[in-house]
Amino acid sequence: MEGYSRKDEGCPQLLDLIPKEKEWLTKSAEEKQTRNGSSEEKQLELRLGPPNGDWTIKNKNISREKDHESLLPFGYFSPWSSSSGYQVKSQKQTTPFLQAHGQLKESSQPNPAKTAVPNSSSSSSAQKRTAPTPVVGWPPIRSFRKNLANGSSSKPVSESQNAVGSKISSEKPIENSPKNLLVKINMDGVPIGRKVDLKEHDSYEKLSFAVDELFRGLLAAQSNFSAGGIKNDEDGGKAITGLLDGSGEYTLVYEDNEGDRLLIGDVPWHMFVSSVKRLRVLKSSELPTLCRGRKHGKRSLDTSPK
Amino acid sequence: MAQSFPEDVLEHVFSFLNYDKDRNAVSLVCKSWYEIERLCRRRIFIGNCYAVSPEIVIRRFPDVRAVELKGKPHFADFNLVPEGWGGYVYPWIVSLARAYPWLEEIKLKRMVVTDESLELISKSFKNFKVLVLLSCEGFTTDGLASIAANCRNLRELDLGESEVEDLSGHWLSHFPDNCTSLVSLNISCLGSEVSFCALERLVARCPNLKTLRLNRAVPLEKLPNLLCRAPQLVELGTGAYSAEIQSDIFSNLAEAFLGCKQLKGLSGFWDVVPAYLPAMYSVCSRITSLNLSYATAQNPELVHFVSQCSNLQRLWVLDYIEDAGLEALAASCKDLHELRVFPSDPFDAEANVSLTEQGLVAVSEGCPKLQSVLYFCRQMSNAALVAIARSRPNMIRFRLCIIEPRAPDYLTLEPLDTGFGAIVENCKELRRLSMSGLLTDRVFEYIGTHAKKLEMLSIAFAGDSDLGLHHVLSGCESLRKLEIRDCPFGDKALLANATKLETMRSLWMSSCSVSFGACKLLGQKMPRLNVEVINERGPPDSGPESCPVEKLYVYRTIAGPRVDMPGFVWTMDEQVSSSLSRVTERRGD
Repeated sequence: MEGYSRKDEGCPQLLDLIPKEKEWLTKSAEEKQTRNGSSEEKQLELRLGPPNGDWTIKNKNISREKDHESLLPFGYFSPWSSSSGYQVKSQKQTTPFLQAHGQLKESSQPNPAKTAVPNSSSSSSAQKRTAPTPVVGWPPIRSFRKNLANGSSSKPVSESQNAVGSKISSEKPIENSPKNLLVKINMDGVPIGRKVDLKEHDSYEKLSFAVDELFRGLLAAQSNFSAGGIKNDEDGGKAITGLLDGSGEYTLVYEDNEGDRLLIGDVPWHMFVSSVKRLRVLKSSELPTLCRGRKHGKRSLDTSPK
Repeated sequence: MAQSFPEDVLEHVFSFLNYDKDRNAVSLVCKSWYEIERLCRRRIFIGNCYAVSPEIVIRRFPDVRAVELKGKPHFADFNLVPEGWGGYVYPWIVSLARAYPWLEEIKLKRMVVTDESLELISKSFKNFKVLVLLSCEGFTTDGLASIAANCRNLRELDLGESEVEDLSGHWLSHFPDNCTSLVSLNISCLGSEVSFCALERLVARCPNLKTLRLNRAVPLEKLPNLLCRAPQLVELGTGAYSAEIQSDIFSNLAEAFLGCKQLKGLSGFWDVVPAYLPAMYSVCSRITSLNLSYATAQNPELVHFVSQCSNLQRLWVLDYIEDAGLEALAASCKDLHELRVFPSDPFDAEANVSLTEQGLVAVSEGCPKLQSVLYFCRQMSNAALVAIARSRPNMIRFRLCIIEPRAPDYLTLEPLDTGFGAIVENCKELRRLSMSGLLTDRVFEYIGTHAKKLEMLSIAFAGDSDLGLHHVLSGCESLRKLEIRDCPFGDKALLANATKLETMRSLWMSSCSVSFGACKLLGQKMPRLNVEVINERGPPDSGPESCPVEKLYVYRTIAGPRVDMPGFVWTMDEQVSSSLSRVTERRGD
């Protein structure tokens, strides 16, 4: 696409995109040549008008000093941020949605070279080739339509979900309470996964203990493999601790029914059980920095820090 | 002129007006027509429960029999509206109970309904007939028990896709033995098992039952028991459509379906075992509406079943149907009006099925009456969209979701501007549009220029600048609802088109670039709009005014700012600064 948002070419292209049938009030040609921010602003002010097409010349009332009182419903309101120029603003405008999409984990000042054409296929396709980061509410389907491909047997349903508000859990259609609640659990560095029955535990501590029991031996066997057969003195290997608070070598995370990856422990146990789809034991060192937001009880591993 | 007809003559004439638009127009003719009309309006539709207060409604329309209310914005369906945002129906029920003792119908969508509300409904309206709760939440099966027990003349109980706290299935047994009035019962969203005996008896004693949508817990083996007692059914939603493969189960089922000569609509089909699909073959030719969106059956059984339904008008299906299935559909179902294809595995970047843009093109070309589309896929091209637009100028609703955000035309790697441009240019009656894929400001120029009948527009991950939003707000004359997420739209277009917002029901913008300062200004300058900022991370004034708000919901209202906002919602009005300091004090604890 044309470099619409590039500074040098922005002004004439802005005019080009304006439909001829509307009475755009354009400044004389010489103003187009001046490349200072204020003339760009002036041209921008004249572009926009009221929805009924009743274009009025009100710009003389609009001061350059971002006077709030100068907003007239039928006129254009000048941008009040102190940034000069339209292009910088548009670059800033790309920031929130790119961050929300989770593709740019950089600082809040995006690299202009990268984001000057934020929608160009070349820049976004490179980002797209990586695994898609789950975005809240995308794709736009109702919660109870998710996870149909996995079949009904793996849907987590528990009686505790029925006893409390089921606002977090959303798998409404299913609900024959099974006797057990087996979810897959994989551990970094261990190619073979396990299954853990969440109904057998009623707290995160007990779950953490169970995870330790499940993988301790496997992990030891793994390290025996890679370490060339040096036997570990302890029975079955080193204990896996600190899963819940980030203090250990590994941290326990889970994937919920919306496909988000979350840290264990933020919500009450019964809510966790009703929304968990699978568990993962990740190396603590590999976890991205977490944003301590108030996203109603969830800390998502995918929101970039502010 | 007004004296030329007696009032009751006018009233009689007005009684033929069913559409709100017509009644509203009639009310504007003169004062006496306004008076006559308001006294005889029986049905009220309120598209945004916060646009008006119950008192205002009751003052104008003193004798109402049916009320329909909508609460949360549409994006609440996709978890974009935080819990506790609002949409509480209880205050409405309290007022309605006082004012309209003869109220018969209540229909709610995306509202928070408590057991208290349900109990109040069940006890306040002696002639209560119809309760429809679509995508609602906040109530339990106890509330349903009140409705069942107390509404003597209940005709319709439709729980839609609501989130119900399922305490037990016992509530159904609260329908008294002398309740024979049911015409429509939809409990498909419920989890726990209802007492089958109670259900069976209820179905047996309601001879007018036309719609029965069961929940997943009703086993397939028992379905014939119900069908035999209700052969007059027009719409059936099965429970789980699975059982061990046994010939007697099959034959019972087939025989039961054979007896249902009026059946036109089918839904349900959880856990479908394809071997049992042929049991329904006897009804297929009469079926006009088929919802297989929970049916994880695959081809060839899936397409074989669908192709039997030659009179199909509406099909909802999973993408297991694949392009091949859609081509077969296009060949066999020439009466198709509406197609919705849902993704079976929406979070997988790789396609698990062979469903592409070709399927949609095939249906568009083969089905001359196709006017409503919802399609999830993983690739799209401008060429396909142009083909669809040219084939189907009669399209009214077009919602396309390409699963990867900002995906370009997969053939040319260009934006999909031209394709969607063709849609709005050719489909002159288009009322609803949802777009996806790589889109620049240009597509919004096309929309502003051509989409003159567009009423609802959903935009995500699209556009380059405020010009895009400006095109839409200034060009789309019929726009009522605009919902935007993750687009680089900011203050300029919003403020320049502030008055447009009063002509619309609502605007939603989340993860865009609208600054807090702009929101404040909009709220201050437009007293008939409620400008609500949703910031879960903290008060919007904790940062500079140029800081973008997380979510913005703007709607026109004659009720003023609402009083039931949670801590993360701030309304922007004249008292915005003082109200913010009050709120921050409140939240400081």
